[in-house]
Amino acid sequence: MRSRRLEEQIFKGLMIASLTLVLVVLAGIIFITIYKGAPALTLSMLTETPKGGYYLGKEGGIANAIVGSLYLGLGASFCALLLSVPVAFGLQKEYTGWRFASFTKLVLDVLWGIPSIVYGAFGFVVMAYFGLRASLLGGIIVLTLLMLPIMVRSMEEVIRTIPLELKEVSYALGTTRIETTMAVVLRQALPGMVTAVLLAFGRGIGDAASILFTAGYTDYIPRSLFDPVASLPLAVFFQIGTPIPEVQERAYASALILLLIVFVVSIVSRILSHRFSKHIVR
Amino acid sequence: MKVRRFKDSLATTFIRASLVFVNAIAFVIAITLFMKTRPILAKTTLSHLLSSTSWHPLRGDFGFFPFIIGTLEVTAIAMILSIPVCLLSAIYLSEYAHGRFRGFVRLVVDILAGIPSVIYGLCGVIAIVPLVRILGQALGSPTTGYSLLAGGIILAIMVSPVITSVALEVFRTIPRAARENSLALGITTWEMVKHVILRSSLHGIIAAIVLGFARAFGETMAVLMVVGNVPKVPLSLFDPAYPLPALIANNYGEMMSIPLYDSALMFAALILMVVVGGFSLGAHLILLKIERRGYV
Amino acid sequence: MPHISLNNLSISYGNHKVLHEVSVDIPDSQITVIIGPSGCGKTTLLKSLNRLLDLNDDVSVKGNVLIDGVNTYDPKADVLSLRKKLGFLSQRPYPLPMSIYDNIAFGPKVHRLTQEQIVQQIRDLEGRSFQVPERKNGAMDVLVESYLRLAGLWDEVKDRLRTPASRLSIGQQQRLALARALAVEPEAILADEPTSALDPLSAQLIEKQFKFLRNNYTIVVVTHILRQARRIADYVIFLYLGELVEHGPAESFFKSPKDERTRAYISGEIS
Repeated sequence: MRSRRLEEQIFKGLMIASLTLVLVVLAGIIFITIYKGAPALTLSMLTETPKGGYYLGKEGGIANAIVGSLYLGLGASFCALLLSVPVAFGLQKEYTGWRFASFTKLVLDVLWGIPSIVYGAFGFVVMAYFGLRASLLGGIIVLTLLMLPIMVRSMEEVIRTIPLELKEVSYALGTTRIETTMAVVLRQALPGMVTAVLLAFGRGIGDAASILFTAGYTDYIPRSLFDPVASLPLAVFFQIGTPIPEVQERAYASALILLLIVFVVSIVSRILSHRFSKHIVR
Repeated sequence: MKVRRFKDSLATTFIRASLVFVNAIAFVIAITLFMKTRPILAKTTLSHLLSSTSWHPLRGDFGFFPFIIGTLEVTAIAMILSIPVCLLSAIYLSEYAHGRFRGFVRLVVDILAGIPSVIYGLCGVIAIVPLVRILGQALGSPTTGYSLLAGGIILAIMVSPVITSVALEVFRTIPRAARENSLALGITTWEMVKHVILRSSLHGIIAAIVLGFARAFGETMAVLMVVGNVPKVPLSLFDPAYPLPALIANNYGEMMSIPLYDSALMFAALILMVVVGGFSLGAHLILLKIERRGYV
Repeated sequence: MPHISLNNLSISYGNHKVLHEVSVDIPDSQITVIIGPSGCGKTTLLKSLNRLLDLNDDVSVKGNVLIDGVNTYDPKADVLSLRKKLGFLSQRPYPLPMSIYDNIAFGPKVHRLTQEQIVQQIRDLEGRSFQVPERKNGAMDVLVESYLRLAGLWDEVKDRLRTPASRLSIGQQQRLALARALAVEPEAILADEPTSALDPLSAQLIEKQFKFLRNNYTIVVVTHILRQARRIADYVIFLYLGELVEHGPAESFFKSPKDERTRAYISGEIS
């Protein structure tokens, strides 16, 4: 009996140690980012674009990357949303047979798993084929592909939990598929769908590998879809790679800004999904 | 009535078309990558590409062995470090922790899973690389710190939210009755975990590990920033390595100027896609099965 | 000719046969109660009437269901107007994810009733003429009020029509569901164990509503509570293991059952 108790105690101890380790390390990531980034974060970092000699440590900021990332993230979220909503609705059995729906879900799972660098490589090849340079448009297209499976799968998870009976009472009133979908399914799934969009936005805005070749990098804020565009993840990556300490500090600041954006989006999504759940039937 | 019907059939057509479109995207990606690798496969054999250690793009010599080994080793280190820790954490959260604490940790882990990989990379450069350098010197193998081990550690940290949360989900699908029935026999919680929980969620644990593996295998930026990027087969933990994703990311700029280079990089992308796609497909098939049956 | 009649209806899920060659006419303007042990196909029978079964996977239906002489399972049948004719109450009330008001207004809006049609509908319902209020959606407001009154819910909710329907109690939700079903002017009401999730008082209210409504509607209620069947039934259909064992007017059914199985079920020997 005593040895059994001891075994229990040992493993419980190991578990607590493990969980503590995971949480401490992850908290450490956030701590390091804030600790290193906060001192380097100034107002001019946020509001100015790089000036002459910026990459040697002179004046300027990363407004180009902040705005660029927002353009990329918002543009791609919008495109992915337009495509995800019909797909997520279409996976219900009213629209699609069981086989095709499960097949599509598996395809989406595989797409979700594909590393972003592969999307980047694919995007680059396609753009080269059409003679497109690295541009805002290219970045948006590739990020849309990256976000699409995340959005659809998260939306579908929510839609699937809607009780069949709820749809039944709607159909029993003599509604068509699309009427039930828009009036009942959309309302019921709305909080989850908002979360899905913001989740995908957070993923997209933080991804560097996919836009490395497709969006390019520039010191200016893009004026058209065909201009290259800077982004925060790449700002971090390029600036940490220089040997000049002042520029490295700016990498820390850029990382902090990126982290803040991702956290704010994550928290807002939770608040919004709560707000939209007013009518939800449980 | 007619208008409503027309709207319905219009919407249905549109919805079905969008489903087909999504599937088409997947196939276009696969076919494009495959077509692009054909030139290099026509020049050399698959086995040569996979097993040769000689990497001289200018001479048209593309041996992927060091990169494949680099990817596998970095991923393996990450998995060895993270699997036990994550599983133990998930067991604690599922079986010992208070429901509210579990909810809180789940929330934290979800948020952490969304941290961009460059930030992990940055923290790797700031904290892990110096740590590995000190460790290497202490162990008598001088190193810059940019090494296989640093890459493995950073990857282990990155995949921990994934493995922990999937494993936790899997443990929670086990019905309460299964716990009650075994605890009623007078066994300790750990014995219940060992004999009931772990056994009945074996498939799910495998799925969690495979998902973590897939994530680690294709991770680019964080690894690229700390792993050193030298195209040689690493001989020790403190040697630099050069995983496939880093290879693609670092060499894209010049690929158009050297013949067959683009095809070679596409080959690397294809390997990544096939391996990661295959593994995540397998993991999701397992999870799908668990979901259907409740638990296996 | 009755509104609803079944003709050699057989239903199976995959290889599993749920209903076996059921033929019966459901009498108009009466409460027909379908009784039988759980898992004997009562709900399936009910949902086959308005083709809600279509939402399930691999269901196959043989034979036919005639609603006003039209075969429901004719591929050319107009499922939408068919469902409109048959109001439906589910086992647990499911308010639609919108306000109380919109729950009632949803049906009429979806069917795109014009102002005149709404006014006509209220007239038919109330049996008198009335003044349409001079405001936007005035007629719809009256319509919503009329149906909430009909379901005996108006006094409880008149001050919070715009609040989410999910905040009502379960009993209120079921009466709301009844009002919502009636608002699309059905000829019949199909109810699937409508009181099983309710407390005794709410259940009593629903039963009272049914008795009140039977003059104008054909009502079909599935239940596994024998006492409830005795209380409300005018006509009884007894299903056992997917087979129609016996059917007839309530009085003779309960007093002098013809089939041995019916007798055993009524006396509580089998359940």
